Amino acid sequence: MDNFAYFRPGSLSEAIDQASAEGRDVLAGGTTMVDLMRLDVQRPDGLVDITGLSELEGYEIGTDRLRFGALARMAEVGDDDALKAACPALTESLWKAASPQLRHAARLGGNVLQRTRCPYFRDTAYVQCNKRDPGSGCAALDGGVTSLHAILGGSEACVAMYPGDWAQALIAFDAEVKTMGPGGSRTIPIADLHLMPGDTPEIETILERGEIITAIELPVIGAMRGSHYLKARDRESYAFANVSAAVGLEMEGDSVKDARIGLGGVASVPWRASAAEEVLRGQTFSEDLAREAGRVAFAEAEPLEHSAYKIPLGADVVAGALMTAHARAKGEN
Amino acid sequence: MVKSSTPPRPGLSRRSFLGSSGLAAASAGMAGQAGAQTQDAPAIAPEAQPKVSFTLTGKKRTITVEPRTSLVEALRDTIGMTGTKIGCNHGQCGACTVLMDGRRINSCLTLAITVEGAEITTVEGLADPEGNLHPMQAAFAEKDAFQCGYCTPGQILSAIGCIEEGHAGSAAEIREYMSGNLCRCGAYPNIVAAIEAVRDGQEG
Repeated sequence: MDNFAYFRPGSLSEAIDQASAEGRDVLAGGTTMVDLMRLDVQRPDGLVDITGLSELEGYEIGTDRLRFGALARMAEVGDDDALKAACPALTESLWKAASPQLRHAARLGGNVLQRTRCPYFRDTAYVQCNKRDPGSGCAALDGGVTSLHAILGGSEACVAMYPGDWAQALIAFDAEVKTMGPGGSRTIPIADLHLMPGDTPEIETILERGEIITAIELPVIGAMRGSHYLKARDRESYAFANVSAAVGLEMEGDSVKDARIGLGGVASVPWRASAAEEVLRGQTFSEDLAREAGRVAFAEAEPLEHSAYKIPLGADVVAGALMTAHARAKGEN
Repeated sequence: MVKSSTPPRPGLSRRSFLGSSGLAAASAGMAGQAGAQTQDAPAIAPEAQPKVSFTLTGKKRTITVEPRTSLVEALRDTIGMTGTKIGCNHGQCGACTVLMDGRRINSCLTLAITVEGAEITTVEGLADPEGNLHPMQAAFAEKDAFQCGYCTPGQILSAIGCIEEGHAGSAAEIREYMSGNLCRCGAYPNIVAAIEAVRDGQEG
């Protein structure tokens, strides 16, 4: 790892000022940053350590609104009983991610900015990576192993998969990302935070230089209580998703009043399966309907050489998550 | 797919320019003057040798580290306490697990400079001053919960965290909440048995 300058700002405004200089990155839990620096994939001139900014810690599980400080830890929020009761998909998306050690270090603001696990991005021995070195090509599309790449949202320049879990649950429930930067504060719908790769896969979010996530907020909605995060993996624990689904159902009798579906492990960015939600809304819930929603969720998928398996698996994961969510929405478990 | 034998290296970076120009050394004197920092005056420059103070297994330590030094490197190389192991060095195997303010973390992904004021517990701090083993250490010996022993310090620290977090309710829960510690020898059943024994008060 190259050396770098280290900043420990005493205030958020000082942190923004320091992080606004070219070549610097913000450091929170560091579980992605230090890893990628050790791989020489990220090579910042300076790190601005915001973990001393106590105003970014903590979280509130309110009756109308959920608020998570950017420095709240994955472990503490994933273990929270009040959140588990309010929205089990959110806690499940946290404790089913990474390992306990990583969840104790990693913070919720940094988590949504987690970078891809594409092996060709992470290994600098591969010359081709448009995300790491724009214009160099894509080793995955040029004969690489593509079993863990995006089948939704990819481009000819990049098929890297967004690897997280938490952001998929956030996008299903219309979370907002609060930021503060050189231009002041703003509220960004999480669906707008991440950018599709297109021709510029090196630009992953709409955040500007020096702009720091301060909190993540969600309105409490009816589909949260009957929710579930189902994650299919190569091994039972501590693995990235082959396919995951964060779903929520609000029922009115036997009829689906509201349905929410976020997909993970399959797309370039946290993915909202809006068409599949529309299959469900206003209909009488059944296993057949859940399976139809699962099929529709992947209707637009474009499998790569080794990732066609994700389409039937994904349909099953969505359907299975909906069955659990339905039982929860009906108060059955 | 094009693979090179050596990673491509960019030309002269701003970092290496700073390092050769003396600018960094000039700004290193700003360390600690938080109020006087601007974005062009690093708090701690790349070539600075900043000090970091923390409590290590009950004893105050102040050491000199580079910003890039990881906590496990500082523990092993700077302080000379080699109980904490480096396995993958990427946060995937758990061999480097320590407790930081009571939370288990991967010390390979933790920069030493960031632990200012923290309380770090490593395997060296588990036995009491008379040398009596911590119940988890005793249980690992009793249940034969290791073979080569390399992952064991991390397993033991993680196991202590697993129980203290309340995630040792069943064998299945232990397996889920110990999944960040890999054992190439495959001692997993005995590791679970050791944790169950400590949970049930059969040790210590």
